[in-house]
Amino acid sequence: MDRRTTIKWLIAARAAWPLRGLASVASRPASGAGYGTDPDLLRPYVPGELWPLCLTARQKELAALLSDVIIPADERSPSASQVGVVSYIDEWVSAPYSEQQQDRGMVQDGLAWIDAESVRVFGRPFDAIAADDRRRLCDRLCDTTTAAPVDADAARFFARYRELTAGAFYSTAEGRRDLNYIGNVPMTSFPPPPPELLRRLDLE
Amino acid sequence: MPFVTPASMRGPYDVIVVGSGAGGGQAAYTLSMEGARVLMLEAGRRYVPESETPMFQTPDQAPLFGEGTTDKPFGFYDATVDGGWQVPGEPYVSEVPAAHEFRWWRARMLGGRTNHWGRISLRNGPYDFKPFTRDGHGFDWPIGYADVAPYYDKVEMLIGVYGSNEGLENTPDSAAGCLLPPPAPLVSDLMIQKHANALGIPTVPAHRAVLTRKLDADSIPARLHPGNPAAQRILATAMRERGACLWATPCGRGCSVRANYQSPTVHLPPALATGRLDIGTDAMVHEVTLGSDGKARGVSFIDRRTGREHAVRARAVILAASACESARIMLNSKSAQFPDGLANSSGLVGRYIMDTVGSSVEGQIPKLESLPPLNEDGADGHALYMPWWLYREQKAGRLPFARGYHIEIGSGRRLPGFGTPASLQWLSPGAYGARLKQDLRRYYGSLVSFDGRGEMIPNERSYCEIDPAVKDRWGIPVLRFHWGWSDHERQQAVHMQRTFADVIEAMGGRLRRPIETDGAKAISRGGEIIHEVGGAIMGSDARRSVTNAWGQTWDVANLFVADGAVFASNADKNPTLTIMALAWRTADHVLERMRRKEL
Repeated sequence: MDRRTTIKWLIAARAAWPLRGLASVASRPASGAGYGTDPDLLRPYVPGELWPLCLTARQKELAALLSDVIIPADERSPSASQVGVVSYIDEWVSAPYSEQQQDRGMVQDGLAWIDAESVRVFGRPFDAIAADDRRRLCDRLCDTTTAAPVDADAARFFARYRELTAGAFYSTAEGRRDLNYIGNVPMTSFPPPPPELLRRLDLE
Repeated sequence: MPFVTPASMRGPYDVIVVGSGAGGGQAAYTLSMEGARVLMLEAGRRYVPESETPMFQTPDQAPLFGEGTTDKPFGFYDATVDGGWQVPGEPYVSEVPAAHEFRWWRARMLGGRTNHWGRISLRNGPYDFKPFTRDGHGFDWPIGYADVAPYYDKVEMLIGVYGSNEGLENTPDSAAGCLLPPPAPLVSDLMIQKHANALGIPTVPAHRAVLTRKLDADSIPARLHPGNPAAQRILATAMRERGACLWATPCGRGCSVRANYQSPTVHLPPALATGRLDIGTDAMVHEVTLGSDGKARGVSFIDRRTGREHAVRARAVILAASACESARIMLNSKSAQFPDGLANSSGLVGRYIMDTVGSSVEGQIPKLESLPPLNEDGADGHALYMPWWLYREQKAGRLPFARGYHIEIGSGRRLPGFGTPASLQWLSPGAYGARLKQDLRRYYGSLVSFDGRGEMIPNERSYCEIDPAVKDRWGIPVLRFHWGWSDHERQQAVHMQRTFADVIEAMGGRLRRPIETDGAKAISRGGEIIHEVGGAIMGSDARRSVTNAWGQTWDVANLFVADGAVFASNADKNPTLTIMALAWRTADHVLERMRRKEL
């Protein structure tokens, strides 16, 4: 099935969920062993060195777009894709552990769904629509408690994808800075909270 | 040659110590420092915290942001090696329904679970040794607080524990000079303290085995080893080599500067420096061998590297393999004299396994939102805690459960990671994009959580035995667990839920989810808190206990138990400090009997 046929088929099916069978046509299954019960804890790891990555180029393209809708750049910090969130998500969904394997199916299906839904609603794939239209689509999905029944599965995907994107972003140095986290540095003493703050909070 | 192989073991030894954690580490320390020749056998590999601990590594440097997997259930950077809820090739069996399931955390490494534990170091109080006398449930210990108090003092001085003396009921003070100063509380700690105190819940400095300053190497060694200048010199050197807390990087990873207690950085270096301690790692002890005189001859073990079986002899054997593993070794040590397992004439080996009751509630405190940037790493949390405070109400029968709990606090601006945004999403439903980022900045650091840790009364339903069919990869029969909480524990968990909600609401906070009023749902699963004790309980009657007041088995004069297995009750106080105090006391007793030529 080429992409054009795929999209036609999807439009006809009104982006039925799940799309597991469809997604698997275009992507490799996760493989490889885990890191075992006694890995080297000291050296840094980069996505792709422990197990092969499974997202396709198209899936990564969609992942970057969706991640940046969830974590856009602003005056204080960069966007999700700018700090490498897509490769972290690729590492996550490619991992041979059961929790990550469940996420793999959901993420691959979800990215395919959002692309197809974009075509159905806006006549163009997700990367070709305006940023406002991407947000319009996400507004339908962003709250599982208010999403329409027909969007329920897609909303669950969005909730999990938001956890993956934000979780990855705030795991990085840029994310820590964004939250004003200033710890994880050795100190010779640990100071108590500043007195003026305690006064303000009525905690003297 | 302190680390030995089966070929280089120099038996017979004075004492074989099975296990290298809190109990084994303390027993080997005391024995070797006071002159005994000791062989320690550890089932896992050699582990060197100084060179293996991931200090300061951040989530983005780990696979999967360091989140837990089946290979590393408490996260990539957790100190546990070759362990977790399952150990490859070493299964155990448990009843299946959740209410009867027991989960067993093991670590196959030198130092065992002392490498990743929470370092919370609380003393049992006078009530905790005589619970049956106090309320008619469970069993009294054959010893009282006064018997153990000097050993608590010694252990605190040796390992380094921060805390304070508050004079609270059944929450003992330490002797002068035992405790290190507690770390400064966080803003959130002080807010919790203010509102909990107003509710009548005392909130005081926690006690943890973390060096808030370097140990006093000039005076402590003489207090711990009077009349033994060689031991004093060795200990002083070891104490000077330990660094004080760096106020960063989680204790559960271990500590490369040796600022917190783990057996391989605190107990073992001075013990090895005596030249009287040999350590054999990868040695899976499965049997205590019995001589024709009815005494233990030594142990048999399998070298995990070769799969070959070896035997080694000693004048005395101390089991400190962890409560359930020690019970397993005894139950698997069958002979004509002990067909049901060694030292099991009472039939109580494996019986009365206890864990700690756990239940938690999380909330968000608007007053803690958008605080200025503060470094709140501290000594990895736990500056304050709440000891049990309702002894009088309980004694008067005004509570629907017989035993107490203490409260541990989670709060502050901790190292962000994968779970941080997910833990805050409930505060801004549907948020994504610019609003998500703004909301996370606002709410990060404003969460508080309370973990109750409560006493479980021993019961007939909770025990382990040898499974008739399943064996591990070495061919050693494995344990089969049975479990059941009683209403005392379930009601206690419900009380925790209500109390924690009261504190959060008094602070003007909101609960993440409604509290659980069904005790069976509020309570943790058996084993989940990893405080399992019992299985070879001590007592004053050979028919109703496995060991006497010294941890000496009633049936085999030179076989001792020096881990949590001897606990006759499991107070809300975390067991590790008591394991060490009792192991020191047992080792003193072994030394005394050896001097008297009774062993």
